[in-house]
Amino acid sequence: MESDRTMEHYHMNLNLKVWRQPNSQTPGAFKLYRVENISSEMSFLEMFDVLNEQLIRDGEDPITFDHDCREGICGSCSMYINGKPHGPWAANTTCQLHMRAFHDGDTIVVEPWRANSFPVIKDLMVDRSAFDRIIQAGGYISVNTGNAVDGNSLPVPKDHADQAFAAAMCIGCGACVAACKNSSAMLFLSAKVSHLSLLPQGDPERSSRVVNMVAQMDKEGFGACTNTGACEATCPKEISIANIARLNKEYLLATLTAE
Amino acid sequence: MLDAKIPAGPLPEKWTDYKGHCKLVNPSNKRKLEVIIVGTGLAGASAAASLAELGYQVKAFCFQDSPRRTHSIAAQGGINAAKNYQNDGDSIFRLFYDTIKGGDYRAREANVHRLAEVSGNIIDQCVAQGVPFAREYGGLLSNRSFGGTQVQRTFYAAGQTGQQLLIGAYQALERQVALGNVKMYSRHEMLELVTIDGKARGIIARDLVSGALERHFGHAVLLCTGGYGNVFYLSTNAMGSNVTAAWKAHRNGAYFANPCFTQIHPTCIPVSGDHQSKLTLMSESLRNDGRIWVPAQKNDTRKPTDIAENERDYYLERRYPAFGNLVPRDVASRASKERCDEGYGVGTSKQAVYLDFADAIIRYGKIEISKEGKSNATLEEIIALGKEVVKEKYGNLFDMYEKITGENPYEVPMRIYPAVHYTMGGLWVDYELQTSIPGLYALGEANFSDHGANRLGASALMQGLADGYFVVPYTLGNNLADEIYNKPIATSHPAFEEAENKVSERIQKLMSIQGTQTVESFHKRLGKIIWNQCGMARTESGLKQAIADVQALKKEFWSDVRIPGVVNGMNPELDKANRVADFIELGELMCVDALNRNESCGGHFREEYQTPDGEALRDDANYMYVAAWQFADEHKWELHKEPLVYDVIKPSQRNYK
Repeated sequence: MESDRTMEHYHMNLNLKVWRQPNSQTPGAFKLYRVENISSEMSFLEMFDVLNEQLIRDGEDPITFDHDCREGICGSCSMYINGKPHGPWAANTTCQLHMRAFHDGDTIVVEPWRANSFPVIKDLMVDRSAFDRIIQAGGYISVNTGNAVDGNSLPVPKDHADQAFAAAMCIGCGACVAACKNSSAMLFLSAKVSHLSLLPQGDPERSSRVVNMVAQMDKEGFGACTNTGACEATCPKEISIANIARLNKEYLLATLTAE
Repeated sequence: MLDAKIPAGPLPEKWTDYKGHCKLVNPSNKRKLEVIIVGTGLAGASAAASLAELGYQVKAFCFQDSPRRTHSIAAQGGINAAKNYQNDGDSIFRLFYDTIKGGDYRAREANVHRLAEVSGNIIDQCVAQGVPFAREYGGLLSNRSFGGTQVQRTFYAAGQTGQQLLIGAYQALERQVALGNVKMYSRHEMLELVTIDGKARGIIARDLVSGALERHFGHAVLLCTGGYGNVFYLSTNAMGSNVTAAWKAHRNGAYFANPCFTQIHPTCIPVSGDHQSKLTLMSESLRNDGRIWVPAQKNDTRKPTDIAENERDYYLERRYPAFGNLVPRDVASRASKERCDEGYGVGTSKQAVYLDFADAIIRYGKIEISKEGKSNATLEEIIALGKEVVKEKYGNLFDMYEKITGENPYEVPMRIYPAVHYTMGGLWVDYELQTSIPGLYALGEANFSDHGANRLGASALMQGLADGYFVVPYTLGNNLADEIYNKPIATSHPAFEEAENKVSERIQKLMSIQGTQTVESFHKRLGKIIWNQCGMARTESGLKQAIADVQALKKEFWSDVRIPGVVNGMNPELDKANRVADFIELGELMCVDALNRNESCGGHFREEYQTPDGEALRDDANYMYVAAWQFADEHKWELHKEPLVYDVIKPSQRNYK
């Protein structure tokens, strides 16, 4: 996998340049910290735990950041590390990044996701509720509890099911938006549109879904897609940019056939 | 007396009969009734969506920034359902029987039978929502095996079943948010329950961004807040998973049942050092193909690939030939601990065993070769093709393992060790999922009801969704039918005032201590006490010591904890302190419960009570009951016993040999 990985266990001293911002109204700035004797077996967030314990003992305000499952699936963690969302490893979340990616004496720069549609709440924590509102606009199949027929009454070709699953793996972390120079949410949106339009269950709402979700995305202020592919390159779940092509096709079909 | 309100009649007809006779609320009255749901994982999101679809006004709360991130998302392996799609002899009765037996005869028959009955509906509902379950080439749903069963009834989506089911429920929930039927409060934490005239009528929640305390009224309150595994500090739970909402309910009168029934999952990545903040599960589904072994000689430090076949001890296959590597979790965990305690453990800590895929890779590789019609393939070709198959089945788990350990599990066996994963205990609920406080319900892992002393794999997702989609929509209506005359109570009511003051005083008290030790350090110490004395093996003397230690820790916490930051603003350390303070109290109750239960059953293993070959030894004559604890005063609880009556299944010594 990553070339800088090694089985050897070592310790390191690091300089951290971390974005501190008290709230969304007050401007922020970088602040320098030093952490010592960090084990290469630690996760990146465990290194932040060490720093925060240090700050609390020194009577300073610990750094606020989103994190929860710490196993790469909840999509909470969201650090922009050395100029890359989720840091240097490919197909990875911040919580799964381990310190063997770094070496003694390194300076690591840590910022929050930067996008107008993701305002900073505090320090490295941002507000990603725009994603929930995009889902509210149509990212579902309208089926009330109790309405379902037998699961096997509707066969789905395996390759369609597999492709739908590959798109549905999106964890909604927002790294795609943070990586994009336009702060576009097209990869996120296209993953949901692909997931649902590839399945027969999603067919009845296929047109209205894509039109409404795109409208909500625009309303939230996300930028346009210019196909640079930065989103795909940074996505921790390797969601393919082919989904954006599918989204464009679905959108075109929906708008051209609209009454 | 504890009344579980189990309907009369033969077991297979109880639920049908209940549904046929329970009270209903007409649609125009549903609109006037408000329901509070705390926690939006599988149980909470499915309940919120289903109740909103019915017309109730729902307010849902989660501490995460979005309901899509709740910890159900991390469930890997699958969800059970008695569909019998594989024609291998499965049935509602068999799923019911396996669950009761797997729980070591400490669960309620009526609840478990209902769970098995609705299991098939869950799969149908999820498929209709667009959950992309794994499928066969013919387009139909695929199944696999899980521990403790001999049929293939587990539905899955690679190693991300929980994620896909949660996204399904989340999307149903967001649809109701868009329709205005659910008001969603993310980044909010419930810090107190409000009761009026003995009924649950609302909550006090803290807005975790502004720090403001809010009052919310509900005609009923549903706690869907998950388990309390983080009492151990190290567990596979998310960092934020906590017992606070359930504990507030407990302190307000809700009984806490079987708190000592906790599940230690056999296959997790071992602890690597003191810095560790959480543990990562490697799905039980891996035991379908992975073989567990340790070296046959003690303190063998050779590389696993250098240890010949006849120098390995596949101890699960040796001890349990009928179930082999697919014995239930409690049995597998104890067997690992036994080997490691005896000095056969591997890795630097010697607290690990191997989970090896070499055989599976060759087996799958041969199948692929024969599909291609080749006759003289080399071993390298077989292995290469076999790896592809294993990758498709478990790729994300193997990647996760490599990221954490730096080792490639396609080449060398995984090192695994048991870790805290799930809590079978929880708030006591009756058949309707109502706690001992009228109007207060508990769903999913937050209640105690269906898994007895040990949960079978792929049953947690089933129970969370059963409670939310198919049980509470009926049982809540049965009680809310009597509430239609009651208008919403204004939150200026003195009971809300009093509850808010209580929260605010506690926060002020915590913030004013300004001691020398961090919240995290207390949590770690608590975890060590509970893991050592109330973990995989428990003894009378150890538990007594643990109770004294936890009491001392509580005193120290309340006099020396240091919480930085402000009250009126974002303060994650304060949030954590609120949670750890409650974990400390729960930790004591867990030890009290474990000390009371003078038997071994499921995940509760008292060393004094075991068979000659080291299996759990139950005492059905004296302990065939649910231990429901009522909070009396600091360090004091009153025990209520709900006898477990087995009308259909005859309890016996569990046998997986």
